[in-house]
Amino acid sequence: MSKQPGGTSFHMENFKRRSRYAVVFILLILAFCLITVLNINTGNVHISLSEIMDILLKKATDTKEYSIIWKIRLPRILMATILGGALSLSGFLLQTFFENPIAGPFVLGISSGAKMVVALTMIYYLGRAVNVTSYTLIIAAFIGSLISIGFILLISKRIKHMATLLVAGIMIGYICSAVTDFVITFADDSDIVNLHGWSQGSFSGMSWSNVYISCIVVGITLILTFLLSKPIGAYQLGEAYAQSMGVNIKFFRVALILLSSILSATVTAFAGPISFVGIAVPFLMKRSFNTSRPLIIIPGTFLGGAVFCMMCDLIARMAFAPLELNISTVTSIFGAPVVIFMMLRKKRGN
Amino acid sequence: MGKHYFQMDHLSVGYNRKALIHDICIGIEKGEIVTLIGPNGSGKSTILKSITRQLQIIGGKVYFDNQNLTAFSFRDLSTRMAVVLTERMKPELMTCHDIVATGRYPYTGRLGLLTREDEEKVEEAMRAVHAEDLGSRDFNNISDGQRQRVLLARAICQEPDIIILDEPTSFLDIKHKLDLLSILRDMAKKKQITVIMSLHEIDLAQKIADKIICVKGDTISHFGKPEDIFEENMIRDLYDINNGFFDPLFGSIELPRPDGEVKTLVICGNGTGIPVFRQLQKEHVPFVAGILYTNDVDYRLARLLAAEVITEEPFMEISEEAFQKAIKAMENCERIICTDVPVGSCNKRLGKLIELAKSSGKSVMV
Repeated sequence: MSKQPGGTSFHMENFKRRSRYAVVFILLILAFCLITVLNINTGNVHISLSEIMDILLKKATDTKEYSIIWKIRLPRILMATILGGALSLSGFLLQTFFENPIAGPFVLGISSGAKMVVALTMIYYLGRAVNVTSYTLIIAAFIGSLISIGFILLISKRIKHMATLLVAGIMIGYICSAVTDFVITFADDSDIVNLHGWSQGSFSGMSWSNVYISCIVVGITLILTFLLSKPIGAYQLGEAYAQSMGVNIKFFRVALILLSSILSATVTAFAGPISFVGIAVPFLMKRSFNTSRPLIIIPGTFLGGAVFCMMCDLIARMAFAPLELNISTVTSIFGAPVVIFMMLRKKRGN
Repeated sequence: MGKHYFQMDHLSVGYNRKALIHDICIGIEKGEIVTLIGPNGSGKSTILKSITRQLQIIGGKVYFDNQNLTAFSFRDLSTRMAVVLTERMKPELMTCHDIVATGRYPYTGRLGLLTREDEEKVEEAMRAVHAEDLGSRDFNNISDGQRQRVLLARAICQEPDIIILDEPTSFLDIKHKLDLLSILRDMAKKKQITVIMSLHEIDLAQKIADKIICVKGDTISHFGKPEDIFEENMIRDLYDINNGFFDPLFGSIELPRPDGEVKTLVICGNGTGIPVFRQLQKEHVPFVAGILYTNDVDYRLARLLAAEVITEEPFMEISEEAFQKAIKAMENCERIICTDVPVGSCNKRLGKLIELAKSSGKSVMV
């Protein structure tokens, strides 16, 4: 083999890469474990580590601490994990679809579209004193997502320019938020408390049934997405090349849109709109793994998103305890600088 | 069914159900190199996009190896046809190896994992395009010439029977152009891979192609072997050239001849005149050239650039008529440029002419 800088054999290159993947995955899993323990352990009521072990193993079931952990902290942690992962993955899919690294469910107005339809649905049901099921909320959010995405697609057909597309998304987001604020303003007092917290984005007040449902929906979508990692990889080279490689583009585009909408809809239905996670996490993961290969980035982004959201949720809970911050406040503080850094780098790079 | 390996049968192509070019009837054999030429916007890319199924065919049929092209599944087609497109590929964090490896797509499993054999095929393809040193470089950080070679390696790696390239030589310098085209020729002749491509450089098209398709307006104006197609007027008509010439024999492009009153005579022959003609052309000085045999290499250029050429039939002694013509031109001119043209037994009169020029006091030796 040639000794020049670019001349390493492909086999060697892949071998080195796989080692890097393994290291990053191990670090992510360690970070995940650490942040999980921290999350269980931190709160207004302090519980010692040995107590936690007993509680998790269900040895002491009738204490106050038991209920705090099983009824409040654990569902919240699991939701942050599942929804954080879902949100990041949805961002990665949208970035692939629009061939734009700054695309994400929040900036494209997809979360706001989902929020609007969910708010309308909730007010409609609560006004009739009917309980809203989680599935109804997910479906409402899904419809809202598709409405926003439909508009974006219409616009992107006419305008190929990346920046214009983002501006259009942000405008759609504003319109949907305006409608949501409008209906919330005129809703009954009793609904407002509930709606207001949710429409700002929060992982608080999660129940186990929320966990089960989102786990099923997100789990299935994650598996389907993972199975599509090969055509997603082809699509990263552009539509025309993907087709020449044997990808059925029409079918694939629809699949990509549906999967990313389901993911971001589930997040919005339970936790409201959460900003910047969908852009920042895929970017950070691609740099960490030093690849954009979907086979690695799909699970990587999911795991990274889970860690990121748990960390942000911990900060949201603890920074000004007992006052709780909106999750978006925290994700924006960490996520927005990453996005700005990305744009600056892009300017310089190209 | 198609009579040829790759056949377009009354094909119409265009966008949004509107045909831009219709009644394309072309037959291509296995292992042939076919080049599309024609002015910008004539629809070369539209044809290529249609026969690669990126655009829906508006009318007619395309047969590939006796099968209707639209009857292929995208998957089946991908094992037989590879493309190199003009669209700028902007992959993220992919090395050249990775880009070439995407050519293995049709052959890998559900998750697209590469086997040892795939890795070797990637390296083999890189070697075929002399890009083995580029392997682990980031695809976004290499030059245009390198990029085109890597994309060609990607296409080779797909192990196709036919490769379709849209202007593969744009942005390349002359060395890389020649490099790329010779790789394509090797591939076509050694591996019997059919190549269909569009080219801007008609001179290169003439030299590499087995057959040429001329695209103009809403139809194919010519299709055939380069030697049948490349006639001076054909190229002028195809590109609507009214500001220059194309010499089909050498495939060279010439700017229009200078106009104005002719005050300069160039006495030359045997190739000595060409640098003088070019210099005068640049200075925008109209000139007469002579006395040139019509098989002289100087004559090929003089007939395009000179205001008038005084000629003689090949291998003949210079006639009195031509000699007198030259004398007359000499009298009319203010400047006579004499080159170091060899004088032998049949062009004795040229030597005489040079002596006359020298004694006239108007002559300049080059």
